[in-house]
Amino acid sequence: MTALLRISGLTAHYGDFQALFGVDLTLNEGETVAIIGANGAGKTTLMRAITGVAKVTAGSVSLADENLTRLPAPQILTRGIAMVPEGRKLFPSLTVEENLLIGAHARSGNGYWTLDRVQAMFPILRERRQSPGTALSGGQQQMVAIGRALMSNPRVLLCDELSLGLAPVVIKEIYAAFPQIKASGTSIIVVEQDIGQALRVADHVHCMMEGRITLSGRPADLSRDAIHDAYFGVTHA
Amino acid sequence: MTLTRPFGLAAAALALALLYALPAIAPRAVVQDLFGILTLLVLAMNWNMLAGFAGLVSVGQQAFVGIGAYAMFAAIILMGLDPLVGVLIGGLAAAAFAVPMAFFAFRLNGAYFAIGTWVVADIARLGISQWKALGGGTGTSLPKGTAKDMAFVGQIKDMLDVSSAAAADALTYWLMLSLAVAMLVASYVFLRSRMGLGLQAIRDNENAARSVGVDPVKLKALVFLLAAFGTGLCGALAFIQITRVTPDAAFSVIDWTAFVIFITVIGGIGTLPGPIVGVIVFYILQRALADYGTIYLIVLGCLGIVVMLFARRGLWDMFTDRTGIDLMPLTHRPPQGSLPRPKPSRRAA
Amino acid sequence: MILVDTLAQGLLLGGLYALFAAGLSLVFGIMRLVNLAHGDLIILGAYLILTISTVTGLHPFLAVLLAAPLMFGLGWLLQTHILNRVLGTDILPPLLVTFGLSVVIQNGLLAGFTADSQKLTAGPIEAASVNLGVVTLGVMPVLTFASAVAVVFALNQLFYRTALGRAFRATSDDAVTAQLMGIRPQSIFAIATGLALVVATIAALFLGTRANFDPSIGPARLLYAFEAVIIGGLGSLWGTLAGGIVIGMAQALGASVNPEWQILSGHIAFVLVLLIRPRGLFPRAND
Repeated sequence: MTALLRISGLTAHYGDFQALFGVDLTLNEGETVAIIGANGAGKTTLMRAITGVAKVTAGSVSLADENLTRLPAPQILTRGIAMVPEGRKLFPSLTVEENLLIGAHARSGNGYWTLDRVQAMFPILRERRQSPGTALSGGQQQMVAIGRALMSNPRVLLCDELSLGLAPVVIKEIYAAFPQIKASGTSIIVVEQDIGQALRVADHVHCMMEGRITLSGRPADLSRDAIHDAYFGVTHA
Repeated sequence: MTLTRPFGLAAAALALALLYALPAIAPRAVVQDLFGILTLLVLAMNWNMLAGFAGLVSVGQQAFVGIGAYAMFAAIILMGLDPLVGVLIGGLAAAAFAVPMAFFAFRLNGAYFAIGTWVVADIARLGISQWKALGGGTGTSLPKGTAKDMAFVGQIKDMLDVSSAAAADALTYWLMLSLAVAMLVASYVFLRSRMGLGLQAIRDNENAARSVGVDPVKLKALVFLLAAFGTGLCGALAFIQITRVTPDAAFSVIDWTAFVIFITVIGGIGTLPGPIVGVIVFYILQRALADYGTIYLIVLGCLGIVVMLFARRGLWDMFTDRTGIDLMPLTHRPPQGSLPRPKPSRRAA
Repeated sequence: MILVDTLAQGLLLGGLYALFAAGLSLVFGIMRLVNLAHGDLIILGAYLILTISTVTGLHPFLAVLLAAPLMFGLGWLLQTHILNRVLGTDILPPLLVTFGLSVVIQNGLLAGFTADSQKLTAGPIEAASVNLGVVTLGVMPVLTFASAVAVVFALNQLFYRTALGRAFRATSDDAVTAQLMGIRPQSIFAIATGLALVVATIAALFLGTRANFDPSIGPARLLYAFEAVIIGGLGSLWGTLAGGIVIGMAQALGASVNPEWQILSGHIAFVLVLLIRPRGLFPRAND
């Protein structure tokens, strides 16, 4: 497998506060990587730094060997990285269908994902297509946000806290879409606080704490204790 | 570095003494010129308190100038009072008008506030135009000799050994200069008081200020009222010298608000010396470009835009940044050289 | 009978004010930018039409077709090089920059065209009128009103039926998330200001054919326009049209009592509406 997305030494600040300390991460073609960690570990900042929303102060991001570091967010999207932002962030003035269509705003050429395919994957989005995006339930809004990101036919899909605030049955329904997304050729990074969900879906797991990756491995190779310690910052030294 | 501040203050005191002595040593034209400049300075200091410290971007200050002027005219023409009493009445009338104006405009936020105040000022202009006793739309003049009969003019005439007209000019000049000094001192004291610090806290973060017990609306309303009083006094005093009032001149948005905004912005909005620096720049520009008609207005507008784009806190802040000299510090800063002052988003690199 | 006539005249005058206001409403709705130079830009548009029509001999109605793209370009440049730099949470910089622009444009026009009054001559159509039985209306005012309705309708179609309109709304909702969709807010804003100046050019055409204009009258038009936008409610273009009509009718009613009360009545209507409904007649739900 070849590295599709390569992140090295990534550092980011919020004002004077340093949120990321030299993060290294690789996503291979066709792979799904999960990043877990407690609130404030820097997971969302990492996603924002990759997509160009947060300012990168050092390090680099490259996609298929093209350096994307410090490109403006819209250009990073057109290079093939789309994000499902934390809190869905649907556009309240747009209908469900318009929210999906705007995902294809900068798209050039064809790809697997079309309005039809997204609506077929989440049929409720066809049913409710004329409703304002924000009139939907949390889980349905999350489906819109995923569909919206897919409409650009990204090579890499970043999902930030998909399960936040959703009932277990809804989370299951959303993650049920992942096989189809993977099959479409999209590689995925999920940021999750739900460790169980992350371990089920990912080929590779990274645990973040205080702006650093403190533990990495395949789900099968990581013991519950090791994850627990990395998550809560316990050291046995 | 330690010597520069006392030195600066000494220079300022000397300049002030010179300004007070001016009518005794300079020709009348210079006194009149400086009177105009001081008028703009007082207006700019008032607007700076509003926009620079209270976050109230008013484009309706001409309402207070106009009402101050008209109230003064009414006091003289209709009530036969001394012009100096008229000036005080002008200030009070402006402050009284500020109450209903605030009641309306404070319901509007940000940019709406700017437009709302502008509309109210226009209402005042149109309303005053209906006041037939003071000439309606065409305005009126002070009775002949009003200025010469003002209190104290006789004494000044004897003291300086000048004509009555020059003595009247000297009196209004001294009053305007004193008003400027009083404004400066009062602003300084106010801004360093608990209320003033509260005001600056509101400017920086309204919610945080609210949570520590500062009532933003009350404090802003107070500043609005005081600025209206100061602006009204200034307007009334200015029109004693102009001697003729019309609604269009007394409520001119360009003369009494636009200039004032540019002066403040160029000099440094939200700093106390800003208006002084701005008014000096304005005077130099006006002088240098006097032969080219309205070109100086274009230059002034461009300068204001450039300052907003590249040096948002104006010339005075650039000066203190370069030299470290601040004659009227409003906050307790760390000693120079020990810690860099955090100034996010001011300069990119 | 006189009242009906007065109200009809007020309605048509409201159309002109809605034209003044539509560009302002567009820009405010998309980027929360208050452009204090909007009135002067309308006057600039009128001088541009005048110049084109003088130089080429074209009828003003045709000259406007040449002026509109030029004004679009001006708006685009203005937004790209100046206004985009001052957008942000602090409302002071955009207010002051546009106020500066206002003074620069006003005095620039004064230097270039003197303070003399000018007028766009449209020919016999200016004097033409239609008799509707109850009232007789001038063709030009009717045309002005029809144009206002057409402009608002067209802008609404653009907003709700096109990909560009979708991007406008998305950017207005949340500029950061819009960037994640590949939208560049800066260029969206530039297009919006360009469009606003195209509308301003149309307003200029009717302003200039209806009455005399000179470089100093911009700020008064700005006030009427703002009153219309605020009365109508932010971001609602039909609301802006309604707001223009309220101001127009109030002015016509005031003028019918005493010509000196025309402007005053408009202002008072504005204050009254805002006292009763601080967010205007048709506020957007999610503001």
